[in-house]
Amino acid sequence: MQLSEIWFLLIAVLFVGFIFLEGFDFGVGMSTKFLAKNDTEKRVLINTIGPVWDANEVWLITAGGAMFAAFPHWYATVFSGYYIPFVVLLLALIARGVSFEFRGKMDSQKWVKTWDWMIFIGSILPPFLFGVLFTSMIRGVPIDADMNMHAGFFDIVNAYTVIGGITFVALAYLHGLLFITLKTTGEIRERAHKAAQKVYGLVGIVIVLFIAMTAYDTNAFVERGAILIPLYGVAIVLYGALFFFLRKKREGLSFTMTGLILVIVMSSFFIALFPNVMISSLDPAFNMSIYEAASGEYSLRIMTIVAFTMVPIVLAYTIWSYYVFRKRLTGDKEHLEY
Amino acid sequence: MEEVMLARIQFASTTLFHFIFVPLSIGLALLIAIMQTMYAVKKDEIYLKMTKFWGTFFLINFAVGVVTGIFQEFQFGMNWSTYSRFVGDIFGAPLAVEALLAFFLESTFIGIWVFGWDKVSKKLHLTSIWLVSIGTILSAFWILAANSFMQNPVGYTLQNGRAEMNDIVALLTNEKLWVAFPHTVFGSFATGAFFIIGVSAWNLLKKRDIEFFKRSINISLVIGMLAGLGLAFSGHSQAQYLMHAQPMKMAAAEGLWEDSGDPAAWTVVAKIDVENRESTGRIEIPYLLSYLSFSEFSGKVEGMNTLEAQMIEKHGEGSYIPPVKTTFWSFRIMAVTGGILLALGALGLLLSFRKKITTSVWFLRILVPAIFLPFIGNSFGWIMSEIGRQPWVVNGLMKTADGISPNVSAGQMLFSLISFSTIYTILGIVMVILFIKVIQQGPHEKPKADVAAKDPFETGGIDHAVK
Ligand code: HDD
Ligand code: HEM
Ligand code: HEM
Repeated sequence: MQLSEIWFLLIAVLFVGFIFLEGFDFGVGMSTKFLAKNDTEKRVLINTIGPVWDANEVWLITAGGAMFAAFPHWYATVFSGYYIPFVVLLLALIARGVSFEFRGKMDSQKWVKTWDWMIFIGSILPPFLFGVLFTSMIRGVPIDADMNMHAGFFDIVNAYTVIGGITFVALAYLHGLLFITLKTTGEIRERAHKAAQKVYGLVGIVIVLFIAMTAYDTNAFVERGAILIPLYGVAIVLYGALFFFLRKKREGLSFTMTGLILVIVMSSFFIALFPNVMISSLDPAFNMSIYEAASGEYSLRIMTIVAFTMVPIVLAYTIWSYYVFRKRLTGDKEHLEY
Repeated sequence: MEEVMLARIQFASTTLFHFIFVPLSIGLALLIAIMQTMYAVKKDEIYLKMTKFWGTFFLINFAVGVVTGIFQEFQFGMNWSTYSRFVGDIFGAPLAVEALLAFFLESTFIGIWVFGWDKVSKKLHLTSIWLVSIGTILSAFWILAANSFMQNPVGYTLQNGRAEMNDIVALLTNEKLWVAFPHTVFGSFATGAFFIIGVSAWNLLKKRDIEFFKRSINISLVIGMLAGLGLAFSGHSQAQYLMHAQPMKMAAAEGLWEDSGDPAAWTVVAKIDVENRESTGRIEIPYLLSYLSFSEFSGKVEGMNTLEAQMIEKHGEGSYIPPVKTTFWSFRIMAVTGGILLALGALGLLLSFRKKITTSVWFLRILVPAIFLPFIGNSFGWIMSEIGRQPWVVNGLMKTADGISPNVSAGQMLFSLISFSTIYTILGIVMVILFIKVIQQGPHEKPKADVAAKDPFETGGIDHAVK
């Protein structure tokens, strides 16, 4: 395996980690609108992700940094090419990020309501936009001979990519609900469980639609069917299993199922792209391959050393921090920080 | 060329905005860690109260620091894609390392610190705030490593039309990095210290919680004074570095068109006439520029005309003179804030040593607006540093105008500029409102805002949530 391939894998892992972890943050954020009946419950929900959401977001920042360092051309093409979606995405992330800290700091109802809306919007837009981004990337976007992307609106937003967006939103929402069943007690835990059962069917339809349209709208199955078909098959089996786990109230297993499905969906994008980082809709000759987009050998080697020493350490304290906050939140006001 | 202008305005404004919060985060993290350590050692509840009260500001500020940082990470690709392609190899690396080494550390342990008061041992809890503080400083180091490459490119070869890394040691021992890092970190410590000093002074003037704010101000005066000294010394090494590595910037900062005499005098003020390439009405301090530049009372400094002629020979026709007035005045404003900070720190320590600080009304009145001085110093320091580098984005290798994204239109940039300015303005206003509110509330633990009690749609209440 070449270093550039290792880095492609590493970036995929970072995005996968990001969607698994920040996925439930987004889901919890969305559920504050539907699930909580009063302010204390809202605060319980927000506090379930309070200690971790920022660190989860750092997965995205690291993925961005790693793209910049290991694949400068990829970083440059993606971020300038998807200019407006990124503006919107960043605005949403900004609004969400400050809201957690701001909302409890004033007594006025209007104040709290405003930031609650920001949390909601900031939690539903980003997964949607990530879905749109990744689906349009495997569908192909107009990239010219100079590696620059000149996308029109419909290159980015079309039936397939909208389904891609909805898929992430739906999965994140379900994932978040299941996270809540793991982290709370009493009525809200019950309600989250019921809500998960209620949306189960709908989310299932979205997933099937997504897989069908990926087969129809992209080259992914032609190029990588041998991996993708079994992989999506596994996703469907897992989703079926989720039905029984939900009925049996096996909260941990249910959460694992949505997590794994998110992992599979995110991985499938990278599998579909490989060995390219971008697919040109203008001419296959303009596809950007991993090897063209990568940094020099020396730089990759240094970065590999750093990554292989730092990632285990980061993972260790991340896991430890989840262990520290393993207890369910009871809604006892003294212990809610946000 | 409209695009270049817009991208530059956007970069300058969003980074300057990010750097309002960054130094306050770095400075407050250190001071809070010190306070909590004092609590652990002396077991006096007042230090715990201090940790929590100043911690509130820290957390609000940190949140804004984080969200404004995310955009920084991506805007190189969005607005400056040609630049990113050119330097990603060597410039992206420290950015990625920063995330791995610093951002994970900060964000994870700030979670432990905020939510872990009763979940981890006291020792671990104290360790976590120190790790946050270390994280903020590490983050400064790595981002400055990236920035220093732009100021003084080292450790690369030009290959495949790009700057590729060939020497990581050179990148990390970049002379610019080792003068900029202490200077920036001392500036941040000063920012945090003078924030606490100013807020404490305001409360002392109102005669509120005298003991609490007296202790806060005393700790911060020590840190503020040390930081002030650090700033002056590291500022001096910055100037020396500039003298030989970026002489054009230094000449612009001095408004020096022709070569200076020997020994060179430092210009306090002058009227700069860019059109006729002359500076008139100089008020000068003899010997000082020689001393600043070479640590000796002799030595001659080259002027912009000489330097430009050299650059034309090396890089071809063109204008290589940065905006002189901006560079000149930014340098002076920064240095003046440094002088005032040092004076205030020294006087404050003297007064507190004589136990007169709480009663020196006139002095406390000065300390309140002094909150803003470090922010002014920081901003103009960066303006000098970055504007003085123009027209280069990577010194001597790539011009700013050549770095932008060719596929992003002026309209798109305008949309993003307006969006970010709007949301940043709102954030700024909200921050100020919240800070004022926290100051008014004072250091006494208040029950958290509970809107539920007033919620007309309230049905279940907490009884249901608590089993
Ligand atoms: C000298 C210090 C310094 C400088 C010059 C910058 N930053 Fe910064 N940044 C920090 C010091 C810092 C910090 C102290 O670590 C912050 C500020 C407050 C905070 O929450 O962390 C931070 C936050 C922060 C975050 C969010 C981290 C998180 O989610 O925890 C990102 C992505 C960046 N920054 C990226 C950048 C980029 C790309 C910069 C260059 C243009 C930049 N920063 C300039
Ligand atoms: C946080 C502190 C910083 C501030 C306040 C700041 C401010 C500025 C300012 C005022 C300019 C000049 C704008 C102009 O002349 O058009 C500029 C340019 C630039 N800076 Fe910085 N800067 C900071 C840190 C950094 C860092 C750490 C990097 C890189 C890692 C960086 C990269 C750039 C780039 C790419 C430009 C060129 C674009 C331009 O000219 O606007 N800056 N910055
Ligand atoms: C005491 C007198 C001071 C001197 C002689 C001094 C000197 C310098 C010089 C020469 C630079 C430019 C370096 C470059 O462009 O390469 C600089 C940058 C800077 N200064 Fe100062 N400075 C002083 C005080 C301060 C103060 C009080 C602050 C803020 C509290 C401050 C904050 C900064 C910052 C943030 C930068 C930009 C970062 C960098 O390029 O390192 N300085 N300083």
